[in-house]
Amino acid sequence: MRHGQYRFIAGFLAIPVALYAFFMVWPYIQDVFYSFDEWNGLDTTPKFIGLGNYSRLLRDDNFRGAVVHNAFFLLILPVVTIVLALFLAFMLNVGGRGGGAGVQGVRGSSVYKVVLFFPQVLSVAIIVILYQSIFQTDGTGLANAILIKLHIISAQNPILWFNDEHWVRWCLLWVLVWSGFGFYMVLFSAAMQSIPRDIFEAALLDGASRSKQFFRVTLPLLWDTVSVAWVYLGFIALDCFALVYALTPGPGGPNHASQVMSTYFFHTAFQNGQYGYACAMGVALAVFSLILAVIQLRVTRRDAVEF
Amino acid sequence: MTMETHSAGVPTFAAPAADQPVRQRQAGGREGGGTLNVFSQAFLVLWAALVVLPLAWAVLSAFKDDKQILSSPFSLPTTLHWDNFSRAWTKGHIGDYFLHTVVVIGFGVFFTMLLGSMAAYVLARYQFRGNRAVYYFFVAGLTFPVFLALTPLFLTMHNLGNAGIPMLNTYHGLILVYVAYSLPFTVFFMHSFFKTLPTSVAEAALVDGASHTTLFFKVMLPMARPGLISVGIFNVIGQWNQYLLPRVLMNPQSGFDADRSVLTQGLINLSINGGYKSDWSGLFAGMTIAMLPILVVYVIFQRQVQSGLTAGTLK
Repeated sequence: MRHGQYRFIAGFLAIPVALYAFFMVWPYIQDVFYSFDEWNGLDTTPKFIGLGNYSRLLRDDNFRGAVVHNAFFLLILPVVTIVLALFLAFMLNVGGRGGGAGVQGVRGSSVYKVVLFFPQVLSVAIIVILYQSIFQTDGTGLANAILIKLHIISAQNPILWFNDEHWVRWCLLWVLVWSGFGFYMVLFSAAMQSIPRDIFEAALLDGASRSKQFFRVTLPLLWDTVSVAWVYLGFIALDCFALVYALTPGPGGPNHASQVMSTYFFHTAFQNGQYGYACAMGVALAVFSLILAVIQLRVTRRDAVEF
Repeated sequence: MTMETHSAGVPTFAAPAADQPVRQRQAGGREGGGTLNVFSQAFLVLWAALVVLPLAWAVLSAFKDDKQILSSPFSLPTTLHWDNFSRAWTKGHIGDYFLHTVVVIGFGVFFTMLLGSMAAYVLARYQFRGNRAVYYFFVAGLTFPVFLALTPLFLTMHNLGNAGIPMLNTYHGLILVYVAYSLPFTVFFMHSFFKTLPTSVAEAALVDGASHTTLFFKVMLPMARPGLISVGIFNVIGQWNQYLLPRVLMNPQSGFDADRSVLTQGLINLSINGGYKSDWSGLFAGMTIAMLPILVVYVIFQRQVQSGLTAGTLK
């Protein structure tokens, strides 16, 4: 009996563990090994060069620029997305006071919840094509067409969006927020639903205004979820590969204005064929992610003591 | 009942206490922050419009011809150009890409669910040495950004090809990779689901002489159906929308190798290479074809989708 049970356990675990270990975990481990090698192509032998790739990384201006652009997204994306998602979630769950039926969402909140979540189920490919056509550089794109109609810009001088050094990161930021806020709205909604109703009702009875109710009651109780969202958005800001790769000229242009670590990594590996160097970038990126996670753990721990 | 009277009365007491500007307080009136209500409703409508309008614009454009798209971007299509869809389907190869995607996610989701629930079940219901270690080994995969693995994964697949097992630009290769990358979430989710199932039924089945394997397939798996549906939908959406993995793994390896692109990849290729500038309406039609199935799945199963997507982060 006991023997049979172990055979059963091993039999059920063998294939999933093997697949996962081989296709997912093994590549990450290889990343670390290759990062110490100079290796310029598929059919050459990797040459061990110690920390050579890493010291080159420190001197690489393009990589440094990419880190700065990631920092731009890292600082702005989580704040904008979380503020927006929190506000929407609050409105949809506890913001309504019509009819005096205690605590509830504003009218039509179930419809809003479904609609506002749409972008989350769209593939990044769809989002890319959608925004390529919206941010067309001539007057035919939706964004320029609207601005021309409103006489904010003239048809002769349309905004170049992704092709403009100053606009490109803000356009990407908009696409990132647009495609991501729905998830966090639903996440915060779920967290708000799990807060006992009587807490809100008690606050109402005590005469808390809606903004007090939000800042003094809802936000503190949601802090754990908010910090989880912060880390997730941080990972997205460190990644954002697909959007930058497919939407910007170059990719990463114009003039490296939107180059981020992930696109530079991809360029180094697959266009320049410098696999070892690219793996060092991958490891650097993993270290940045790790630092982010550690910072988050610190922040939550400190705040958990405050309650 | 008492609650109603209280909350209706609240604004009157609240207004003097709250340090708001006078104007806003008066406008607040009976409903408690009337301006805020109007403002928040307006804001919600605005955001809903920002989400829906671009999508509606793209779908409408799919029914126009190129000239109409360029000259009058806001107008409704004068005649419905269904030919855009047939052109995208055949000449744009969207039909082929669609088929490739269905094949890959059909097998991909099936094996993800099967292997994922097998592992999750054993980890959730059986005590053995190393149980926790294996569980955390899987869960750790939730935190890895996929593209970091791309280079080594590509090389591994390439080397397997050199060793006589072709993996790049093959369906089985992509399916295996999809299964591997979907396992962490599936194991994680199903693990917590199997934990909640009652033990009495399982014990009864074992007393009746069922083997552990029979118990799993005949008793436990059917009991886990709600969980399977949630994760299943999550995996369908995730694998349907996957772009990075096929972008690296599904390129023709030689001039004779067939194009086995999946939908997302095919669409992007279509928009980057030539096809885009010359055939707008076809591109919009292709995009609509790729978008609608997933939106329909989402609207039908939205409750499960939302709980499935958020479950991973809340627990």
